[in-house]
Amino acid sequence: MDYTGEHLIPGLLGHFFVTLSLVASVVATFAYFKTSRQRIESDSASWKILARGAFITEVASVFAIFGILFYIISNHFFEYKYAWQHSSRTLEVKYLLSCFWEGQEGSFLLWSMWHSVLGLILIRKAKQWEAPVMTVVSFAQVCLATMIAGIYLFNWRMGSNPFVLLRNEMDAPIFSQPDYLSLIKDGNDLNPLLQNYWMVIHPPVLFLGFASTIVPFAFAIGGLWTKKFGEWTKPALPWALFSAAVLGTGIMMGGRWAYESLNFGGYWAWDPVENASLVPWLTLIGGIHALLIYKHTGHSLRATHFLFLMTFTLVLYSTFLTRSGVLGDTSVHAFTDLGMNFQLLAFLFVFLVPAFALFAVRYKQIPHITKEEQTSSREFWMFIGSLIFFLTSVFIILATSLPVINKLFGSNFTMGEDAVFSYNRVIIFVAIILGVLTAVTQYLKYKQTDSKFFWKKITRPSIISLLIASLVLAFGNINYQDHGAGFLGAIWFAMVCSIYTVIANTAYIWLGMKGKLKLSGGSVAHVGFGFILAGILISSSKKEVLSWNTTGIFVPLGESKITGKAGENLTLVKGVPSTMANYDVTYERDSVHPQKPLWYYRIHFKSKTGNEQFTLTPNAFVNYKGNQGLMANPDAKHYWDHDIFAYITSLPDPEKNKDTSSFKPQSIKKGDTAFYSNGFYVLEDLATQTHIPAGGLAPDDKVYLATIKVFSKNNTSYTSKPFLINKGGSLFPVQDTIMSENLIFQLNNVNGNSVELGVKESNSVLQYVTLKAYKFPFINLLWAGVIIMVTGIIMSIVRRVELNKAGREIENLTL
Amino acid sequence: MKKIHIALLVLIAVTIAVLISFMGTLSTYDTVQTAIKKKGKTVSIIAKLDRTHAIEYDAVNSPNHLSFFAVDSLGSSVKVIYNQPKPSNLEHSERLVLKGKMNDDHFECSEILMKCPSKYKDDMNQAKKNLQENAAATPAKNTTPQYQ
Repeated sequence: MDYTGEHLIPGLLGHFFVTLSLVASVVATFAYFKTSRQRIESDSASWKILARGAFITEVASVFAIFGILFYIISNHFFEYKYAWQHSSRTLEVKYLLSCFWEGQEGSFLLWSMWHSVLGLILIRKAKQWEAPVMTVVSFAQVCLATMIAGIYLFNWRMGSNPFVLLRNEMDAPIFSQPDYLSLIKDGNDLNPLLQNYWMVIHPPVLFLGFASTIVPFAFAIGGLWTKKFGEWTKPALPWALFSAAVLGTGIMMGGRWAYESLNFGGYWAWDPVENASLVPWLTLIGGIHALLIYKHTGHSLRATHFLFLMTFTLVLYSTFLTRSGVLGDTSVHAFTDLGMNFQLLAFLFVFLVPAFALFAVRYKQIPHITKEEQTSSREFWMFIGSLIFFLTSVFIILATSLPVINKLFGSNFTMGEDAVFSYNRVIIFVAIILGVLTAVTQYLKYKQTDSKFFWKKITRPSIISLLIASLVLAFGNINYQDHGAGFLGAIWFAMVCSIYTVIANTAYIWLGMKGKLKLSGGSVAHVGFGFILAGILISSSKKEVLSWNTTGIFVPLGESKITGKAGENLTLVKGVPSTMANYDVTYERDSVHPQKPLWYYRIHFKSKTGNEQFTLTPNAFVNYKGNQGLMANPDAKHYWDHDIFAYITSLPDPEKNKDTSSFKPQSIKKGDTAFYSNGFYVLEDLATQTHIPAGGLAPDDKVYLATIKVFSKNNTSYTSKPFLINKGGSLFPVQDTIMSENLIFQLNNVNGNSVELGVKESNSVLQYVTLKAYKFPFINLLWAGVIIMVTGIIMSIVRRVELNKAGREIENLTL
Repeated sequence: MKKIHIALLVLIAVTIAVLISFMGTLSTYDTVQTAIKKKGKTVSIIAKLDRTHAIEYDAVNSPNHLSFFAVDSLGSSVKVIYNQPKPSNLEHSERLVLKGKMNDDHFECSEILMKCPSKYKDDMNQAKKNLQENAAATPAKNTTPQYQ
């Protein structure tokens, strides 16, 4: 059949480049492998030319695929399944990129693009390490290329190609028409949760973080492979630091997104998807510290290898966890099963098995020092710290892997009653230990420390920290009762440790580094880490629910996974001020997005005691494209020391609350009183006017205006003014509603002093929103901590790159 | 033995202890029948909304009381009580993961994780359904009667 209106050229080009990228990456891998195996310089050089050519071809193909797919999405070519499934015509341009990371194919492509960029830099910078390192990177590119290949091998489809046509993927009657495209008016659209600006920038950063973990991994493999043990650590250190900075930023951007767009009521919920991205970061930090120990003392080179190998393996394992659909019952935001589980597992094992086999074979040959570390040495406690990072990651990943453990052993475990606390009660002790270690260890010297020297330096920062910590505990009012006194004690202890970390490391910049900020990247990063711990502890333990519901107003249309306790939701009737903690809160009005069912609700907050007032505009998608119910986005008012944060949890259900009641007609004279279910009303006045502000009336037309005073049982009175337009003999009633009494008046007819009044009492008139509001104190400590930590890491990168450069220059001079 | 090795062993022992105590906080996936046997213990039941019974929810009078029936894959049905507002898409759910405890005559639910068809955007069957609905909703311009 000849279909009309299709654009097939981009798809053909796309298929071509998908195949080219696969072939080119295979060639690059093989050629780089050969390069590093050649002992003769000239052979090696010619293989290297081929390898570079192939890799650059691969890079060009990946970017071409990205460009073509973007072209298809931005032009709304819905004949392509990917465009139809992930975008729509109404989608704003800024969210078009998000379509890439909504689908698995697009996110693999993004990963592959970052590998390409990193690969190009490595080709320029890695010198003698180029061949082994790029063998590993190119091989990863082969694996990623198969993920989007969509090639049939016998009856098995390898990968999921983003350029497949909708009509080939689905068997639906409309495809029997040649003009089926004219029937597809719009695409499936982007998940509304992803229509958030953090969702435009968070995935690329996170994926750069994931992608960059391959570099230290590849250097470690290269070291094992070429038996140049340890030499690789110099060029690998800035890369590992880069990876830590970017992955850390990416993870916390995800937290920020959760804070601003999801309704976890916070930035971290120990969701499996979050855990899966955190765990490689933990082992990476462990690896960096092990590497520093090796650099200064020659100890723990084996641990460095192990932790860097582990980091990338965990990235691959996380990929499997989040994309295989195995987390379906435990996470709210895992990818769904695309039928690629075998391939995802294969991706994991083709790296895991050879990497750890090589590590095991070479283990004995990796140099190590038999002499024991002193307990007064810096390396001893740094190693303990690395170990704790690693063991923490073991704990988190095992807990996250429950669905996998169930599959493997046929068990049926799931998280207990309070999943978040199951993690927190362990992690709080990790925070305590890491806090102390981070504070103290820098004051120790490598090899061994003279105890007099140590105490002299550390006494002052310790005393200052203790003073500040006691002030914080005395006046900070940290009084978290949910899990008993023991847990509260642990929070206090952790708080002291995090303050100690901040103070001791700040002091070290002067006491240890003599104020040379350029050399103090590590200390700055540690200060940031301390702020992060403090921010997490304060904001979580002092989080306050403002919207305590004490009046018992009903909450009909709720969220799909309610994690809060009953009574945390407060209903606000439009126009009626309600009390919420220290505020008078009014739901003022709402408005709708011009192109989609995205509603904005203006909620005005006015402090009862001060002059403070502000308006929050939380929004919600209501029954959005088959997403039944509402998907809410919070809004927050940011102060330097706290955030007020509100989101809609419930709205009147427009379907359910269809107005079934009718107007009861009633004859009533001026001055008469009548009753309704919640009180009575009086027809106070009846006026006749010959014009209304809207105009458009002829001289004979009349407007009758009734003034009705309503007295409700709870001693409130309202005035209602329904009116009736008599236009050329036809009557047009204009109703008036008293929202808070569910009462509607309609003037049906007027006859001298007597009127026929329609009265309706209906729940459907009630316009309200139910919302949840939180106060997060000192959340900015957390965000500031992240920024400081990342700044510190970047300072270290700059310094390490300079040192490496200087080192090379000295080598060149001596040669 | 080196001190670092002792520290290593101690920390590994602590980790194992932590994991064992973590195991203690876990609950299990159960069917309705096995949940009844574990009365009073926290379990998770994977079930579907039992559409042969009505959902009881009176928003105006008792907003924090929802009651409905859930049926598991073995066909056992159980009354579920949930002391929270009714999730807006309960009626449209395909699958429910209910966490809670079995009481004498009902399942006291503390958390509902809902799987709704719309969340399975990658599920092609659902996508097909959506496409058909979309196409049906928009009257085709050139629908010529098909004379064979």
